[in-house]
This record gives sequence, C-alpha cells and structure tokens, in this order.
Amino acid sequence: MIGGMSRIVRTMTTLIFGFILVYGFYVIAHGHISPGGGFQGGAIVASAFALLLVTYGTDQIQSYLSKDLLSILESTGLVLFITFAFLGLGATFFYNFVSNSGGLFGSPTTIGVNPGDLNTGGTIALMNMAVGLEVLAALGVIVLTMSVAAETIQKKEKQ
Amino acid sequence: MSPLISITHIVILVIMITAAFLAVVLRDLLSSVIALAAASLLLALEYYLLHAPDVAIAEAGIGAALTMAIYIFAIRATKK
Repeated sequence: MIGGMSRIVRTMTTLIFGFILVYGFYVIAHGHISPGGGFQGGAIVASAFALLLVTYGTDQIQSYLSKDLLSILESTGLVLFITFAFLGLGATFFYNFVSNSGGLFGSPTTIGVNPGDLNTGGTIALMNMAVGLEVLAALGVIVLTMSVAAETIQKKEKQ
Repeated sequence: MSPLISITHIVILVIMITAAFLAVVLRDLLSSVIALAAASLLLALEYYLLHAPDVAIAEAGIGAALTMAIYIFAIRATKK
C-alpha cells in the first residue's frame, strides 16, 4: 500500500482522531472566554485531518475529504465573517449588534471575577466560528493537496 | 520568579537544544522530523509557562502538528 503507516499507528489514529476533532471545536466555540479562538481551533481540526492523511495515505481518505467541499466551506467562512461585519453598519463597521440583545450569545456580561458565561460576546463568538470554519477548510486543502502531490511523485518513481 | 519555575525553564530549554541538535545530527529523516516536532512542542510548553496560552495553542497546532505532517509528505516524495 502506498503512503500508509503501520498497524500500531493506524489503531492509535482511530482512537485519538475523534478526541482531537472535539477539542478543536471546543477551542473554536469557547474562543471569546478562554485562550484560543477561531484560528487556533481551526489549526487543531486541520491537524486532525493531517493525522488521517499521514496515517492512511491519500487513496483511502480522499472519499471522506473532498477538495471541492473544503473550498466551498472556506469561502462560506469568509463570506460569513464579512457579513457579520457589514450587519453592524447601522452604527459602525464591525459594530457588535448581537451583544446585550438577549438572544443567542446576547446575554449581558457579568462584571467582576467569574468563571465566564458561554452565552455572551455577541458577534465575537459568531465571527470566531466563521474564522474557525475558514481556517480548518483552508489548512485542510493545503494538507490534502500536498499529500496528493507527494504520493503522485512516489507512484511515478515506483514505475 | 520562584526558583522552582526557574529550574523548570532551564530544564525545558536544555531539552529543546538537545532536540534541535538531534534534528540536525540524526541520519534517518523520519527520526529527524520527530526531533524537530519535539523541540516545537517544548517551545509551546515554554510559551505556556511564560503566560501566553494563546500563542502556545497556535504553536502546538501549527509548529508541531502541521509542520511535521508537511515534512512527512515531503519525505514520502524522496528516494531512500
């Protein structure tokens, strides 16, 4: 098999892959109240994709990770980000119009030392999710393309 | 800064320099890349100890994981 790794590495990958994904999405969702954010969480999710590609090789993974789908997700993230920025244009560009509105991510922030409420932050949380979607898709496309290129060269040399 | 923290800093930096030296010296390419990732991961730990958890997460994600994956793809395209 071209590009795969040993049985030990494959077993560990199947065990660990889900946990890395959940941790990455946790970092994205808690970006406005704890260290990390869209970029860091997206990089963690993309490193899970890289782990899959390193372990199993491109031939088995390409049916799960489609380059076209990742490109569409990347564009969607960027469009969502700039849409949230323009929606605040009633006051200013990037105005936080969701904060203190009472809806999703809209409850008022408590003053003083507290453990942090996830349901605050307004557009900061929504923009973190948009950036996270963009970064995980973009880094996923980069890793996928490099893996395909490397294995194409490997196949050519074997012939 | 308490002496325990200072000793931890010095130990981490010494292991980092050792890992970076191994990355240059080792003949096997995969072992060399793993030594480089270890140096990067220890750098992330050092950032965390210096109260920069944001930079530490980015360094662990990009510097250790993604860079190592890209190096492994590059090794796959080479001849033994």
